[in-house]
Amino acid sequence: MIKARLAELSADIYGGKLELREEREVWSHFEHGADIGIRGEGPSAAEAFAEAAMALTAVVTEPGSVTASNKVQINCSASSMELLLVEWLSALVYEMAVRKMVFGRYEVCLSGLSLSASMWGEALSSGKHQPVVEVKGVTYTALGVGEDDNGIWTAQCVVDV
Amino acid sequence: MNTSGLRRTGDAEWTIEREGRMRVPGVIYGDETLIREMDEKVREQVSNVACLPGIVKASFAMPDAHWGYGFPIGGVAAFDPEDGGVVSAGGVGFDISCGVRTLNTGIQWGDIQHKASTLADTLFNTVPAGVGRTGAIRLNDSQMDDMLSGGAEWAVEQGYGYPEDLARIECGGRADGAYPGAVSSRAKERQREEMGTLGSGNHYLEIQVVDEVFDEEVAEGFGLRRGECVVSIHCGSRGLGHQIGTDYLKEMLKAAEKYGIPLAERELACAPILSPEGRAYISAMKCGINCALANRQIITSLARNAFLKVLKKGELTLLYDVSHNTCREESHSVDGVERKLFVHRKGATNALGPGHPDVAASLRKFGQPVLIGGTMGTASYILAGTRESLETAFGSSCHGAGRNMSRNQARKQWRGEEVMKELCDYGITVKSRSYRGLAEEAPKAYKDVNRVVESASRAGLSRKVARLLPVLCIKG
Repeated sequence: MIKARLAELSADIYGGKLELREEREVWSHFEHGADIGIRGEGPSAAEAFAEAAMALTAVVTEPGSVTASNKVQINCSASSMELLLVEWLSALVYEMAVRKMVFGRYEVCLSGLSLSASMWGEALSSGKHQPVVEVKGVTYTALGVGEDDNGIWTAQCVVDV
Repeated sequence: MNTSGLRRTGDAEWTIEREGRMRVPGVIYGDETLIREMDEKVREQVSNVACLPGIVKASFAMPDAHWGYGFPIGGVAAFDPEDGGVVSAGGVGFDISCGVRTLNTGIQWGDIQHKASTLADTLFNTVPAGVGRTGAIRLNDSQMDDMLSGGAEWAVEQGYGYPEDLARIECGGRADGAYPGAVSSRAKERQREEMGTLGSGNHYLEIQVVDEVFDEEVAEGFGLRRGECVVSIHCGSRGLGHQIGTDYLKEMLKAAEKYGIPLAERELACAPILSPEGRAYISAMKCGINCALANRQIITSLARNAFLKVLKKGELTLLYDVSHNTCREESHSVDGVERKLFVHRKGATNALGPGHPDVAASLRKFGQPVLIGGTMGTASYILAGTRESLETAFGSSCHGAGRNMSRNQARKQWRGEEVMKELCDYGITVKSRSYRGLAEEAPKAYKDVNRVVESASRAGLSRKVARLLPVLCIKG
C-alpha cells in the first residue's frame, strides 16, 4: 500500500521517470537502444551506489521477490568515482553469476576511492524470482557519478544484457 | 537519423564525409527508411570509430545497426597493426563470438508437426536456457584450459558431435593462438558450470521451417528445401566471454592513456595491436571464441539427443556456424595492396564470396552461408556471401534484425503472457521461464528483418538464399 502510494507520488513528481521511490533513496532504469540504463540516487555517494545496485537487481528480477537472508561482502577500489561504480557493479555481476544468487539489500561504505559493501540475498530460483535476463557486463556508456545542487547524489551507467 | 549530414553513395549506402579527427569516412548501409529509423547515436559512433589509429578504408555500419558501446552494434572496422592499428574490447563486445549455427534436419515440418509439443518440452528440458541455468559439465582447471585452446574440436573429442561438423564451423572450429594464461581466474570461474548453456536475452534455440527459396541452386547446395525444418542456435561465450570483456575493458582504458590514444568515449578503450596489452587481449579473445564454438557444439549434441529421443532420428547435419562478435586477423586487398588487417565485427557477420579459400570446401562454390537471426515471431534468413562483399565492407554483412525499441519501452508496451499467446495463435510454440523476458523480446521491439536483409542484398553485402519461419522457440 505504502509502496503503491510512493510510486504514485514518484509519478507525480518525476513524470513517471522513476519506477520506485522509497524515502530519499531511489533507483530507476533509463533508456538505451539495446540494453538498460541503471541509476541510483541518494543523499550520499554511498547510498547512490547502493541504489544503483538495486537497479541492477531489478534488471534481473523484481527486488521485492528477493529474501535478503545470506550475506556476501565485496571490497574494491578504483582511480575515480566513476570507475569505482563500474568496479562495484562488475563485482556484483560476478558474485551473482558464480554464486547463482540474487541480492535484495545493499549497504555501501565509501572511504575515498575504496568501497566496502555488504549485500544480502538468496539462491536464484526460477520459480520464485522469474529471472528475466542475466547481466553480461557493466559498460562505461552514460557512466556518471555526481552530486546536484540539492545534495542528491546520482550514480548511473548502462549494463549489457 | 537525420539524413541531411549523409551523402547517398549507393542504392543502400550512405557516406559520412571525413571531418574533424576522422581518419577515414563512415559508411552506413540501409534503405532510406532504415536509415531514418536509426538512432542518431549510430552516426556519432561510426564517426568516433573512424578517429581510431590505424583504421583502414572506412568505419562501417550494417543495415541492422543500432546504438552500442563505443562501436555501434552492427559496426565493422579494420585496423592495420603496421600503421599503429588498435584492437578494442568494446569493438568485440562482452559476448565474445556470440553467433548462430544452423543444422539441417532433412525432415518436412508437416511430418513431425504432431509431435511439436513433445519436441518442445524435450528440447526445453535438455538444453539449459535462461538466467542461472547450469550445464551437466563441470570443468576442472586443466579441462578448462584444454577447452579454451581447443574450441569445438575439444568438444568433439569429448564426444559432443562429429568430426565432420568441424569443417562447417568458421576457422575449422578452433581459433589458433588462444592462450588460456591470458584469461583471468574469475573469467574461468564464471564459466565452470556454464558449458552447453544458451544464456538469456535474445539467445535461443529454434526450429524453423524453410518458407521461401530465393536461389534454388545455392539452397540445394546448402541442403535447404521448402517445407523442411532446420534447427538454429543463437548464443555465445557465456560467462567467460563476459568476464574477459569486463577485465580487458578496464585494462584498455589504461592502455589508451599509456599510448596517448584520444577516446571520444571511454567504451572505445583500445590498445595498439602490437602492444603487450593488445596481444594479451587478442589471446584472451581467441579463448572466448573457442569457448563459444565449444558451447554451440555441445548444444548441438544436446539438440541431436532430443530429436533422437522424440523422433527416433537425430541426424542433424551442420550447415554452418558463424560468429558475429569478433576481431580476426585477415588478408585484404586495399587499393591493390595485400594487407594483414584486424577486422572488428560487433554485431556483424563474415560473408565470404564464392571461391574464397576460407569457406568450407563442400560449400565454396556457393559462397559462405550467412545466418541472420530474426525474432521469435518473425523470419530468419540464410544468405550467401558475394564476390563483391570483400570490396565493400571487408566481406561483412548484417547479423540480425537489431532492436528498434529499448527493453524498458517493450516491457511497458506488452505483457509476456500476451506475447506468448499471440505467437501461439500464429502457430509458434514458445518455451520460456520468464514472461517479462518475453515482453522485452517481443518481435515488434525489433527492426523489420525483411527490410534489413533486403538492404544487405541491395548493397551487395550478401545475397538471399532462403527465408525461415520460426515454429518452435526455446527462449534463453
